[in-house]
Amino acid sequence: MTYSAAEIWTIIAIMGVGTFLIRFSFLGLIGNRPMPSFVLRLLRFTPVAVLPGMVAPLVLWPPATDGALDLTRLLAAFAAVAIGIWTRNVLWAVVGGVAALYGAMAITALL
Amino acid sequence: MTTSTVKTSAKSPYWAGFRDGVPFILMAAPFATVFGVIATDAGLTLAQAMGFSVLVIAGASQFAAIQMMIENASVALVLLAALAVNLRMAMYSASLVPYLGAAPLWQRVFVAYLNFDQTYIVSISRYEKRPEMTVPDRVAYFVGVATPIVPFWVGMTFVGIIAGAAIPEAWALDFIMPIMFLAMVAPMVKSLAHVAATAVSISVALALVSLPSGTGLLIAAGAAMLTGALVEIWLERRKA
Repeated sequence: MTYSAAEIWTIIAIMGVGTFLIRFSFLGLIGNRPMPSFVLRLLRFTPVAVLPGMVAPLVLWPPATDGALDLTRLLAAFAAVAIGIWTRNVLWAVVGGVAALYGAMAITALL
Repeated sequence: MTTSTVKTSAKSPYWAGFRDGVPFILMAAPFATVFGVIATDAGLTLAQAMGFSVLVIAGASQFAAIQMMIENASVALVLLAALAVNLRMAMYSASLVPYLGAAPLWQRVFVAYLNFDQTYIVSISRYEKRPEMTVPDRVAYFVGVATPIVPFWVGMTFVGIIAGAAIPEAWALDFIMPIMFLAMVAPMVKSLAHVAATAVSISVALALVSLPSGTGLLIAAGAAMLTGALVEIWLERRKA
């Protein structure tokens, strides 16, 4: 990392203000005025459009293993997704994913 | 003790929210700890890492920013990628309007600051189930949900910064974050349009992984949102 302290604080400040403005946006400023339906439709897909793309490289090429495919992490990711789709429950998906991660690590350690 | 110093009336919307928020400590605590560890590892000072958790208070974007900073991306690209991760909160903000739009401005400012994935998802499902809730009750419930989560978010960031080097790599804490994102997003994949958007997001992001930091994700997210919207329209027309 080669940023000056001023640059880092600039990043933190703009991210803080920017994130607040995103959260405040509709609730605060636009209020009850109607929005174009296509914009609302696009916005509804934001979580499934951003998070899978962000996580996919981390699952296939984890930085912790210097990018080598890791069966333990792959299994944990698969468990979290499968349980999340099956139960529709975030907490169970987290518990299942974490259990798969440590379970597989324990089995690997024993072998 | 003959008198209680804490109002735990089951009817108080604040305490109902508090109770519903407690399980999410399980998510916030390790997530925040990992952030503290990674931020310190990347070279941030204690104040800077804490600054992220207090001022930004949005885990995914904080990790995105640190990841970009480790790769020495330009300040503009760090901000663009990190804020793009938070764009989903504009959707949260929009969908809260029918429930909280009538609250006083200062309360909407406060709710906006606390509007992250967990508080939003817990609160909106309560509002939908109980349409009779008054606006002040809804605000109280929202703040109640945030109350147990936020101190752990901030406090465990601090623990991560301090304990950072002492946490063994074998704990694989690096992978708690991907698991949490997958766990949060998997239950949201509820239609063919969502499946299509997810598939495009993953494949474009993987294909463009060698582009300058963050650009691939932005293109992938844009393409995925458009795919989801178009597939949804196509499905609706087929039904009609």
